[in-house]
Amino acid sequence: MDAKTLFTRLNRVFQDVFDDASIRITPKTTANDIEDWDSLEHITLISAVEREFGMKFKMGEISSMKNVGEMAQIIAQRASK
Amino acid sequence: MKELEYPFDAGYIINKKKSIKKALKADGTTRIKKKIAVLGGSTTANIISILELFLLNYGIEPEFYESEYAQYWQDAMFPDEHLMNFNPDIVFIHTSNRNITNYPVMTDSAEDVEAKFNAEAQKFHVMWESVKEKFHCPIIQNNFEMPLYRLLGNRDAWDIHGRTNFITRLNDYIYSYARENESFYVNDLNFISADYGLKEWSNPLFWNMYKYAMCFEAIPSFSFSVANIIKSIFGKNKKALALDLDNTLWGGVVGDDGVDGIEIGQETGVSQSYYEFQSYVKELKQLGIVLTVCSKNDHENAIAGLNHPEGALKPDDFIIIKANWENKDRNIAETALELNIGQDAIVFADDNPAERAIVSAQIAGCAVPEMEGVENYINIIDRSGFFEVTSFSDDDLKRNEMYKKNVLRNQQLASFGDYGEYLKSLEMTGEIADFKPVYIARITQLTNKSNQFNVTTKRYTPAEMEQVFESDEYIRLYGKLIDKFGDNGVVSVVIGKKDGNNLNIDLWLMSCRVLKRDMELAMLDKLVEKAKAQGIEKLTGYYYPTAKNNMVRELYGTFGFTKTKEDEEGNTVWELDITSYENKNKYINVVEEIN
Repeated sequence: MDAKTLFTRLNRVFQDVFDDASIRITPKTTANDIEDWDSLEHITLISAVEREFGMKFKMGEISSMKNVGEMAQIIAQRASK
Repeated sequence: MKELEYPFDAGYIINKKKSIKKALKADGTTRIKKKIAVLGGSTTANIISILELFLLNYGIEPEFYESEYAQYWQDAMFPDEHLMNFNPDIVFIHTSNRNITNYPVMTDSAEDVEAKFNAEAQKFHVMWESVKEKFHCPIIQNNFEMPLYRLLGNRDAWDIHGRTNFITRLNDYIYSYARENESFYVNDLNFISADYGLKEWSNPLFWNMYKYAMCFEAIPSFSFSVANIIKSIFGKNKKALALDLDNTLWGGVVGDDGVDGIEIGQETGVSQSYYEFQSYVKELKQLGIVLTVCSKNDHENAIAGLNHPEGALKPDDFIIIKANWENKDRNIAETALELNIGQDAIVFADDNPAERAIVSAQIAGCAVPEMEGVENYINIIDRSGFFEVTSFSDDDLKRNEMYKKNVLRNQQLASFGDYGEYLKSLEMTGEIADFKPVYIARITQLTNKSNQFNVTTKRYTPAEMEQVFESDEYIRLYGKLIDKFGDNGVVSVVIGKKDGNNLNIDLWLMSCRVLKRDMELAMLDKLVEKAKAQGIEKLTGYYYPTAKNNMVRELYGTFGFTKTKEDEEGNTVWELDITSYENKNKYINVVEEIN
């Protein structure tokens, strides 16, 4: 999967979870850039991303990912679909 | 909304919860508003937001109080002003085995284990008592799921030091409390987690990272269960199951294959599956679920199929058999009319997707489960929670019998020229009296189920009803009606609140199965008699319109009350001077107690 496809799919997950079609993520996007992305919704996002790409984040990764770029790197390594 | 019906896609609900909520809120449904306090022993955020979706879908608009993280016990024991003012309609205590603080260890003596058990049980017991006393509302309490690990392996189940054993005993303690306390309901976390798959369910990542007591994707299954209890408490269960015949109750097409050609019984795996489904349906009947047939068939073929000697169900088990070539939506609409229930109280079970589609599209609120593959039939109906049992009275046991007798009464009516003659011929006796403890469950159930003949549609929880029962501020009446065809059970309830020499009628309802029997007149006579005896001179009645209670818009007018107020929404107030009241009932012999 190329980076462009990955980001397109990832962007759609963000739009669904935060119910905001105007969201455009970049590798630099962080929780500070998206209004509803708080600690309670972080789990919703992680679970939605895992379903979309058929993969699981490791426990340590969930709290250490600094931005969408790091998330995308892990997805690229591990995605099964 | 299809997306929220069993078997739902948990991932879809999680991803789309925000847009689902928007869509539900914008769909124009009128919903009852209920306040739910969620006292959690773990994170509750998404449990609440997904519970909200299921409740909205059931016609309930919830407002939530959410305790601070893991403050369930403190909130229940020492509620702050915020919670007290919130005045919940339901308290949901969301605890799990993560909240068991003091498990036995191997070095404990039997006495030590007993002491630990008592301490844990008491912690919960005092909390329930506190909630009951402070809020007088129903309590929903999770039982405990099986433990994350079994230190003793299989021995964990029976050894007093095993967590499995300890949890099992605590669950039993919860159940005995539930048996003794009417407004206390158990959310069967133990079953739900097993059903989901315990290993996945208790994945410790979700506790250690987020303090959720279950894995994230299990939340919809969990919240769905809680929603089913809540909608059942507030009278939103389904009442009737309308069944197709060919390939639903038996394999094959009776019209083509003949009675001997259909698959039902013990011969093959397939015929056994149909037999098992028929047996399940027959068990539903024992719960008071009304069974009907809705099938495209010649009537005589349908009856012949139902009389198959190997079948569990017989024609007699069905109150209405619609076997004809009309469209099914029309048959369902007529079934609702004939049973006097709302179309939204019916579950339509049919293996044919085209028939399901037409009924789904034409009959608003009718539940249409996806019956695919006979081996899945029981599962989908059972797990959909249509008939979640939160209260069960003797009347439920007899309901099918009563509906059947109504059909007989209607046949007799046809043979009388004069309606008064017909009423006389029914030889009716009414037992009308102040509430008795034995009937409280049925009375409360009626206040939550009756929608049509109900002037105020005021709902009472068991706890509220107990208060009414114990207070001398009220005049209360229940009415039971018996005729030559049988006992209709408790069918009418009136509650009036005294205010000097005036009586405000808070509630007047009657079951539609005794419409046009003059039961309401007998109730009025008795109400006036009781009121006069307590020095009351005037009755004040209220009518609040809903989508369903138009039939009683003029009830007080027909009683001879005078309308004194009417507002823009159609709410009306009526008054009757009873100082010179004359009895109205002519056909019912009224007694205080039928022997």
